[in-house]
Amino acid sequence: MWIAIGSLTVMGIVLGALLGVAAKFLAVKENPLEEELKELLPGSQCGQCGYVGCSQYAAALAKGEASVTLCTPGGKATIEALAKKLGVTADTSEHEEKLPEHAFIVEDLCIGCTRCIRECSTDAIMGANKLMHTIIVDACHGCAKCVKVCPTDAIVMVPVKVTLRNWHWPKPNIEQTHAEHQAGHAH
Amino acid sequence: MSITIANKSAPFAHGVSSVRKTMFLVLLALTPATLFNLYLFGWPAIMLFTVTVAACLIVEAGCLSLAGKPVMATLADCSALLTGWLLAMSLPPWAPWWLGVIGAVFAIAMAKHSFGGLGQNVFNPAMVGRTVLLISFPVAMTTWIVPYPLFSAGAPGFIDALAITFGGQMPDAVSSASALGHIKTELSRHIPVIQSMADVPGLTDMLLGYRAGSMGETSAILILAGGLFLMYKRIISWHIPLSVMGGLFVMASIFHLVDPAKFASGTFHLVSGATFLGAFFIATDYVTSPVTRTGQLIFGVGCGVLIWLIRTFAGYPEGVAFAVLLMNALTPIIDQYTRPRAFGRNRKGEPLPLEKRP
Amino acid sequence: MKLFPIRGGIHPDYRKELTSDKAIAALPMPATLYIPLQQHIGAPAEVLVKEGDMVKKGQMIARNQGTVSASQHAPTSGRIRAVAEVTAPHPSGLPQSTIILESDGKDEWAELPEPITDPFAADAHTINERVSQSGIVGMGGAAFPSAIKLNLGEQKKLDILLLNGAECEPYLTCDDRVMREYPDAIVDGARIMAHALGTPRVIIAIEQNKPQAIEIMTKAASAFPGVEVIGVPVQYPMGSERHLVQAITGRETPARKLTADLGVVVHNVSTARAVHDAVRFGRPLVARVVTVSGGAIREPKNVLTPIGASITDLVGFCGGFAVRPESVVNGGPMMGQPLPGLDAPVVKGTSGILALTAGEINDNPTSACIRCGSCITVCPCGLSPVDMSAFIRKDKLEVAAKLGVMDCFSCGSCSYVCPSHIPLVHYFNYAKGVLNDLERERQKNERIKTLAEVRTIRIEKATEAKRAALAARKPAADSAAPGNAGEPKATTEEKANA
Repeated sequence: MWIAIGSLTVMGIVLGALLGVAAKFLAVKENPLEEELKELLPGSQCGQCGYVGCSQYAAALAKGEASVTLCTPGGKATIEALAKKLGVTADTSEHEEKLPEHAFIVEDLCIGCTRCIRECSTDAIMGANKLMHTIIVDACHGCAKCVKVCPTDAIVMVPVKVTLRNWHWPKPNIEQTHAEHQAGHAH
Repeated sequence: MSITIANKSAPFAHGVSSVRKTMFLVLLALTPATLFNLYLFGWPAIMLFTVTVAACLIVEAGCLSLAGKPVMATLADCSALLTGWLLAMSLPPWAPWWLGVIGAVFAIAMAKHSFGGLGQNVFNPAMVGRTVLLISFPVAMTTWIVPYPLFSAGAPGFIDALAITFGGQMPDAVSSASALGHIKTELSRHIPVIQSMADVPGLTDMLLGYRAGSMGETSAILILAGGLFLMYKRIISWHIPLSVMGGLFVMASIFHLVDPAKFASGTFHLVSGATFLGAFFIATDYVTSPVTRTGQLIFGVGCGVLIWLIRTFAGYPEGVAFAVLLMNALTPIIDQYTRPRAFGRNRKGEPLPLEKRP
Repeated sequence: MKLFPIRGGIHPDYRKELTSDKAIAALPMPATLYIPLQQHIGAPAEVLVKEGDMVKKGQMIARNQGTVSASQHAPTSGRIRAVAEVTAPHPSGLPQSTIILESDGKDEWAELPEPITDPFAADAHTINERVSQSGIVGMGGAAFPSAIKLNLGEQKKLDILLLNGAECEPYLTCDDRVMREYPDAIVDGARIMAHALGTPRVIIAIEQNKPQAIEIMTKAASAFPGVEVIGVPVQYPMGSERHLVQAITGRETPARKLTADLGVVVHNVSTARAVHDAVRFGRPLVARVVTVSGGAIREPKNVLTPIGASITDLVGFCGGFAVRPESVVNGGPMMGQPLPGLDAPVVKGTSGILALTAGEINDNPTSACIRCGSCITVCPCGLSPVDMSAFIRKDKLEVAAKLGVMDCFSCGSCSYVCPSHIPLVHYFNYAKGVLNDLERERQKNERIKTLAEVRTIRIEKATEAKRAALAARKPAADSAAPGNAGEPKATTEEKANA
């Protein structure tokens, strides 16, 4: 019996060592992943994820330290792209509550200080010194950086409006239709 | 003026089909064969049938209420009734009552509800029930009797029947072997098929059902009529029944030609055992068979070949239940590989090439 | 002529007899018309009028803008009350920009463009220009601007103009009536379109459940050797463009290609009539025939309706509701859109207004899928609704996309046959909406990324330029008087920050 135990122990040690050596020398360089992840992020460095910028978030993602759902401006499309790249399933349930938003300038309050224009990473704000500013909705991805710098709180975030162009059918609620039907039968 | 809430997308027209109607038609198709068999095997069969069906309904109701699903509404879809019915038809007619109850528990609770209820089960519930019983209680499950039609001489009366079904008092003299079982036993005693065939009922009796067997095994002709009715009503298509019978017939016929002493003929295989019930009512179960026509053909041929293999080489004389269960396991993968080709795309899902026009 | 089979399909209860034998009746001009700027696929038209303007019938009141768009014309003479947001004929009940026109009761025509006297001598461009000017869109329901489809002849070699008179949707008979009452106009319009497209053949396909239309159209076409009328089998959805082309030519349009790539251009029969009116008389599209039907309508009719008439007026003209409808549908029952109310106007793509009772709809609560496979058997696109809906229900939209949900054109056959009454098409519409949203979001993210990158480069360049300027100025600043030291100091700070 001792021979059996001994030989198994030796085998275990040898094979374990072999695996260890292999892991060290045949390791896949992980850096490319970081680059690829960075590619998927909006690149506007808004910092809403809690990291300084997109690169830092990408690095944290690559190390597995951050959740894929942190990028608010990127929306669901970005979350899914990140999740696919990392091979994880994204829990988008929490994210869905936050609808896409864009910035809106309350014209009466704007003093034309241009601070927001300098802050905007996508050049989505038009205007000049002492003149009223406006947001180009198509270029605004809702990072809300401008909201923070506005000295007169003239910028607010508003949900992207549902129009005939972007409306779509909601997911059918089978349970609900069932209940409705039964209610219908009751009276 | 607000008329309605537009909360449902088109279409605003629906066909008349429903799950309940479908199940009901299947039950209707089974009724002639069932009535004939209940007549053929008398009161004990009627009692066992009632107990089995009732047990299935009770177990279904219990499972539904445990799962928090609407009990009455779901029972009304008749699916548990059909499972119980088919299970009862696969039992020896004079079997004790507890066989039906145990079968019901396995069929409904284990095979159906532990997978998530109607539509979610991988295996045919009735066949799971039957198979569990066959493996666990081989003697009770293979004690066949010769028919004693209701009110005929020697047929058990109502009181006798109570003793048979609920008292476990099986009269000795009546038991008999089924044709498939007989041939198998004789073969094991090195008596060739040609010789043992002489003892089994003739083709006409086999077709009409005047022979020993479970309720679904006898009366091939009434089962066939029911199957044709379902085809006429478009509840089932020809693909599964024909391919099951075709697979079985071709396999049996080839081997019969090679060595008639060892292998029974294709015709014998077709009319004996539960071939017709299996081909028309068991293998065609929507939930556990493939959804595409091509898949159904593959599934059917697989069932047919497996039935023959099991009957011929395995330890059991009848193989319909095993064959169907084995093919049930393959259904998901058959479905995945037989998806139809989408319009304007090739099998891989790529757009078709644009043909050069003349 | 030999026809080719198409896959799947269903045979619903057609109920066309409610309206098929009633002649087209004209709706008395309503006091107010609501003309949406967008009644078509593409960009909304640009308003040409303002509050208080007086317009004449047929006058252009909104001009097409961009490549895919269509103009709008005043359906009667009167005064523009406003350009405002009005409920759209859409399930969401959302509003859209709409011109509100008050009729002056005179119904006076504006000065119309000159008729094209010999269209067969005119070049394709002239005809397309006229069709575009007249605001004509596909009248089968999709409302795609027709002029763009007529331009296809310039890019591709075409063989057949296929005129779609299949009208496979239950209840609808407007095309049937138009064919029976205006056969010559349709044949003439078709020949003009074929001339513009450069197709030698015109095939008019009509489902065989309209024998009178087939007979009348055959007679009208008999004078012209290039025009054939073909009765096609009654099988929903025969009227789908791609499937009709397959039935007639036997060829399957590859995914992401057009039927024009096979040399076939499909137009609706009513569109041909509109082209005839525009070319021969200079009349723009200001009215259309709408089937008003369904079990809840007291007197079902085919109504010649000015564009912009409110659905309330239309229903009123047909005797109102006999019973309370379960649903009011814009279009046919299979592919139409439910309407949340009757406020919305009739638009160019409105083929029918159906008020359906619960009995006609015959919907039931959803129960578990029993995997019967009927949906696969009937799907004309060869998809697997059973699998796609299961994945969508579990929010695995990318798998559904892989299975081809974007190829589904929501014909409704699967939902129709489903014994478990699973809202399959609703699942697919939802999935298509979300997938389109994601695609839009992805495109926006791309754009944002480019913008952010451009900005980064610009800032870098600016900093670089500043640094260079500073370096150039430094010796000068050093030699300057110490009293002026404030500025350079600030610059150094800024430099440190950078």
